[in-house]
Amino acid sequence: MMAETETETLTRMANQIAGFFAPYGEAEAVKEVAAHINAFWEPRMRRALLAHLDQGGAGLSPPVIAAAGLIRRPA
Amino acid sequence: MTLLKETDFGTPPAQATTMVTLEIDGQPVTVPEGTSIMRAAMELGTQIPKLCATDMVKPFGSCRLCIVEIEGRKGTPASCTTPVAEGLKVKTQSDRLLHLRRGVMELYISDHPLDCLTCSANGDCELQDMAGAVGLREVRYGFEGKNHIAARTSDGAVNASYKPKDSTNPYFTFDPAKCIVCLRCVRACEEVQGTFALTVDGRGFDSQIAAGQDEGFLASECVSCGACVQACPTATLMENSVIARGQPEHTVLTTCAYCGVGCSFKAEMRGDEVIRMVPHKDGGANEGHSCVKGRFAWGYATHQDRITTPMIRERTTDPWREVTWDEAIGFAASRFKDIQKKYGMGAIGGITSSRCTNEEVFAVQKMVRAAFGVNNVDTCARVCHSPTGYGLSKTFGTSAGTQNFKSVDKADVILVIGASPTDGHPVFASRLKKRIRQGAKLIVVDPRETGMVRSPHVQAVHHLALLPGTNVAIINALAHVILTEGLDNTSFIAERCDLAEFARWADFISDPRHAPEAVEHITRVPAAEVRAAARLYATGGNGAIYYGLGVTEHSQGTTMVMGMANLAMLTGNIGREGVGVNPLRGQNNVQGSCDMGSFPHELAGYRHISDSSVRGTFERDWNVTLDPEPGLRIPNMLAAAVDGSFKGIFIQGEDIAQSDPNTQHVTAGLAAMDCVVVQDLFLNETAAYAHVFLPGTSFLEKDGTFTNAERRINRVRPCMAPQSGKHEWQAVSELASAMGYPMAYGHSSEIMDEIARLTPGFAHVSFKMLDERGSVQWPCNDAAPDGTPIMHVKGFVRGKGRFMLTDYVPTPERSNTRYPLILTTGRTLTQYNVGAQTRRTGNVAWHPEDILEIHPHDAEVRGISAGQLVSLTSRVGGTTLRAHITERIPVGVVYTTFHHPVTGANVITTDYSDWATNCPEYKVTAVQVGLTNAASDWQTQWTEHRKASTRREAKAQ
Repeated sequence: MMAETETETLTRMANQIAGFFAPYGEAEAVKEVAAHINAFWEPRMRRALLAHLDQGGAGLSPPVIAAAGLIRRPA
Repeated sequence: MTLLKETDFGTPPAQATTMVTLEIDGQPVTVPEGTSIMRAAMELGTQIPKLCATDMVKPFGSCRLCIVEIEGRKGTPASCTTPVAEGLKVKTQSDRLLHLRRGVMELYISDHPLDCLTCSANGDCELQDMAGAVGLREVRYGFEGKNHIAARTSDGAVNASYKPKDSTNPYFTFDPAKCIVCLRCVRACEEVQGTFALTVDGRGFDSQIAAGQDEGFLASECVSCGACVQACPTATLMENSVIARGQPEHTVLTTCAYCGVGCSFKAEMRGDEVIRMVPHKDGGANEGHSCVKGRFAWGYATHQDRITTPMIRERTTDPWREVTWDEAIGFAASRFKDIQKKYGMGAIGGITSSRCTNEEVFAVQKMVRAAFGVNNVDTCARVCHSPTGYGLSKTFGTSAGTQNFKSVDKADVILVIGASPTDGHPVFASRLKKRIRQGAKLIVVDPRETGMVRSPHVQAVHHLALLPGTNVAIINALAHVILTEGLDNTSFIAERCDLAEFARWADFISDPRHAPEAVEHITRVPAAEVRAAARLYATGGNGAIYYGLGVTEHSQGTTMVMGMANLAMLTGNIGREGVGVNPLRGQNNVQGSCDMGSFPHELAGYRHISDSSVRGTFERDWNVTLDPEPGLRIPNMLAAAVDGSFKGIFIQGEDIAQSDPNTQHVTAGLAAMDCVVVQDLFLNETAAYAHVFLPGTSFLEKDGTFTNAERRINRVRPCMAPQSGKHEWQAVSELASAMGYPMAYGHSSEIMDEIARLTPGFAHVSFKMLDERGSVQWPCNDAAPDGTPIMHVKGFVRGKGRFMLTDYVPTPERSNTRYPLILTTGRTLTQYNVGAQTRRTGNVAWHPEDILEIHPHDAEVRGISAGQLVSLTSRVGGTTLRAHITERIPVGVVYTTFHHPVTGANVITTDYSDWATNCPEYKVTAVQVGLTNAASDWQTQWTEHRKASTRREAKAQ
C-alpha cells in the first residue's frame, strides 16, 4: 500500500467523525464534527484541513464540508 | 518494616450478619454465624494447631491436628470444620488433646525427612512449628518402614513410593519427599486460582500430589500463579529464589508493575535483594492472589541488559557514548531548544508511560506543557484505552470504570467482551471464574475461544464468536432485542437518564436493520444466539460488563464503548455492586497516566485545555502561561515528523517502535527527528532511533503511586535505590530546568501533593493518607472522603445518563482475494506487551516466540502443517513466524501476539484508527498467510539494524 498523504489521512479522519454523527441528522452532525475537530485537532492539523476545504475539500463528506465555517482557524 | 507475617485465621471469614457468642477457653467471643471455631479462637489470639487449614481455602478437616473439646459434645471435633454456635464452651488444650495431637504429629514426622537445618523452609515451616507446638519429642515408629523419603529402601532396593524432585517450573521446585498430603496446594489451585491443575494420585499411603496427568509442573496445565507455593506449609513447594538465597528478613509493601489489576505484593527482602514476591492478603485489588508475572517475573529488574548510565550520540548511526547525567541532560536540552528555534515551539513533544508512576507521568506532562511550552504530550493509553475515556465520558460523564473488582462477587450475568482475562488480567480472571463456579452465567463476545469460554468448571452459556470488526453490529443487536422485546428497565431510565436522548436512541435502535437476523451476515453470529444472550443479560439479575482492547482497538472503538454504556443504562445495570461497565486496563497505570493529564487536549482530571479557568489554576500554580490549543496525539506526532514539522520527542518508558501500529511508519517518523530522548530500562526498539538514552528505574526502585483499573491508588515503595542514581522524575525535572523552566521536588510525595492541589478527584490523596489506609479509589475529596469503590451510585457524574446513537460503520480495512484472512492480535499469560520485561525472565519457558494461530481449514487449503514457518503479509508489511493450528480461532481469522520484536507483528498492522481518538485498529488487518522458508525482508533488515544501532563505544581504560 502506498502511504497516504497528509491530506488523505486528515480527509479519512474527518469523514470517520462525520460517519459517527450521521445518524444525528445533518444540522447536528455538522455542529458535532466541528466541535470534535476543534477539541481534539492540533492547529497544524486544522490548518491543513481548512486549506483543503478552501480548495473545495475533494473527498470530504458533506457534513465536513458544511462544518468548514465552524472549524476554528488557528492563529 | 520487619518481615510481615499476616495472621492466618485458618478458615475464610463468614459472610453472615447474624452474630454468635461462644466461650473459648473461658473467654467469650462474638463472631458472625458460620465462622469456624478455629477462626473464632484466632480472633481471640488463640492459635489452635493446624496443618491442612489456611484461610485462603475452605476447611478440609483432614490433618486432625486442630481438634478441640466442646462441652456436651462427644469426641474431639476438628475446629476448622466445626462452626460456632450460641453458648458453646470450647477447650483448645487438655491432656487428651495434647496426646492425640502428638500422636498425629508423630505419624506425620515418621514419613518426613529430618533435614531441618539444611531445608529451604527452615525458619518458615509450619510442620516444624506444629511439631514444636504439640511438644513432639520422639518418633517411636522409626524411619525404616514404608516411606516417601528415600530413593532406596534400607536393603538397597528401589523405593517405589519415592518420587524425585520436579524442577521443571523455572520458579519453584516440587519435592514430593517433603509432602504431607494436606491438599492445601490442590485446594488453592481449585478454589483460588481456578485452574484445577493439581490432584491427588493414589489412595491411602500411596497418595501423592500430581500436576496434570503427573507430567510435571511445566508440561501440565499449571499456570504458575504461585498459589500452591504460598499455600504449602512445608518445603514441598518452594520458590527457587528461597532455595538459592535463604529466607527473607524484611518486607516492603508495594504494587505490581504489570497489568491493570494492580496487585499488592509483599516484596520479601534480604538487604536490598528481593528474595521473593508474595501477594498481600490486604491488597484491595488481589486479596492475596497473584499470577506468574507479578509473583515470579521480576528478575528483569536486575538483568544484565539494564542500562544504568546515561548515553548520547550525535547521529543514530554512531555508537552510544556513556556520559554524566549533566552532559546527557545538557545535550538533550540544547537540541530541543535548537529545534524550537529553527522549526517553532510545536516541533517537540513527549510521551508518558503507563508503566511509570503517577508522579513520574505528571512530571513529564508538566515538563512538556510548562518547559517545552506546548501541549504535544500523549500517553500509551492512546493506543489502548483512549476510546474508553471518550465513550464513557460522553455517556456517563467520566472516564472511569464503574466498579471495584470485588463487585463481581455479586454479579449474576457476566458479559466479557473483547478481553481474555486469563491471559491479560489473570488475577481478576480467577475472581471471575470463582463467581461463575458459584453459579453466575457467562457470555463471551470474542472471535477467539478465549480461556474463559471453556475451562474446568467454567463454561460460557453463550460464546458470540463474531468476525473481528463487527462489535458495534453485535452490541446494537443486543440492545435491539432488549428494547423491542420490552426487557428494558423503564424505571431506571425514567429516573436516571436523559429522556429526550433516550427517545431518539430508542427510535434509532428499534429499526429492524439492527435486529440480530439483519446483521447475522455481517457478524457471522447466529441470530438466535444473540437473542438468547440479550435476554439473559437483561433478565438474569445483576449484569456486569468487562471489556478489553478487543473493544477499543477498532476504527469504531469509541462507538462500541458507548454501545456498552447504552446497554448497561437500558437494563439499569449501573450504580450498585455486581453491575457496571468495566474496562480491563492493559498496563498497571493506564488509568493513572490518563488521570494525570497526559492527553494533549486535557489537564489532570480530564479538564479541557481550552477551559481558561482550569488553565488559570495550573498557570498560577506553575507560574507559566499555557497554550490553550490541543496538542498532537502520538499518531499525529509521527505523521508530522514524516512531514517535517515535528523534530524532537521525549519518550518515557514506551517502546513505540515495537508497540505502535505500522512499524515502518513509526520508524520513518522517528528517523526523521533530530532529537529522540528515550528514558527506559533497556535499549528497546525505539532506542535504536534515539540520540539520548536516560536510564530509568524499575518498579523495585520507584517511590510513588499506581492507579489500577478500578481507580485504586496504590503505593509503589522502593525496595532498593535507583540503579542509575536518579529517580525518573528527578531526571525530568532537571531536563525541564535545563530548558529554562525551573522545576524541582525534594521527594515524589511533593508531586502527589501538587496533583492533589490541582485535581479535584484527588483532593484528599497524599502519601501519608495512602500509607495509613493502604489504598483509596478516586474520587477522594470532600464529597467522598473515603474514596469511591462504585461510581454513579446516586446519579451519573454528568447528571442524566446519555444514550448515544451508535451506527455500525464497517472498517475501511477489507479482506479481498489477495488478503483473504483477518489478523487479530492479543497477548498471552506469560508475556507482557512488548516483552521487554518478561522476555528477560524465566517466562520464556512458556512462550519463547510469537506464533500464528490458524484454523485447520485455512491451514489445510494452504498446505500448512503444525509448527511450519509461514509468511504473514498485509498491505503494509510482512513477517515470518511459526504456525499453530487450532480450532480456538474461527475460519477466516488468524491470531498472533506481539511480545517479541523479531516477529514484528506491528509491521503488519495498519494506520487505520478509531474515529474519535485515533486509537489504532490493531484488531483488524486483512492478511494472507503462506508457507515460506525464510525470514521476511523486514526481519532481515531489523536484525542488521538492531546490531548497528545498539553499538556502544568501548570504555576508556
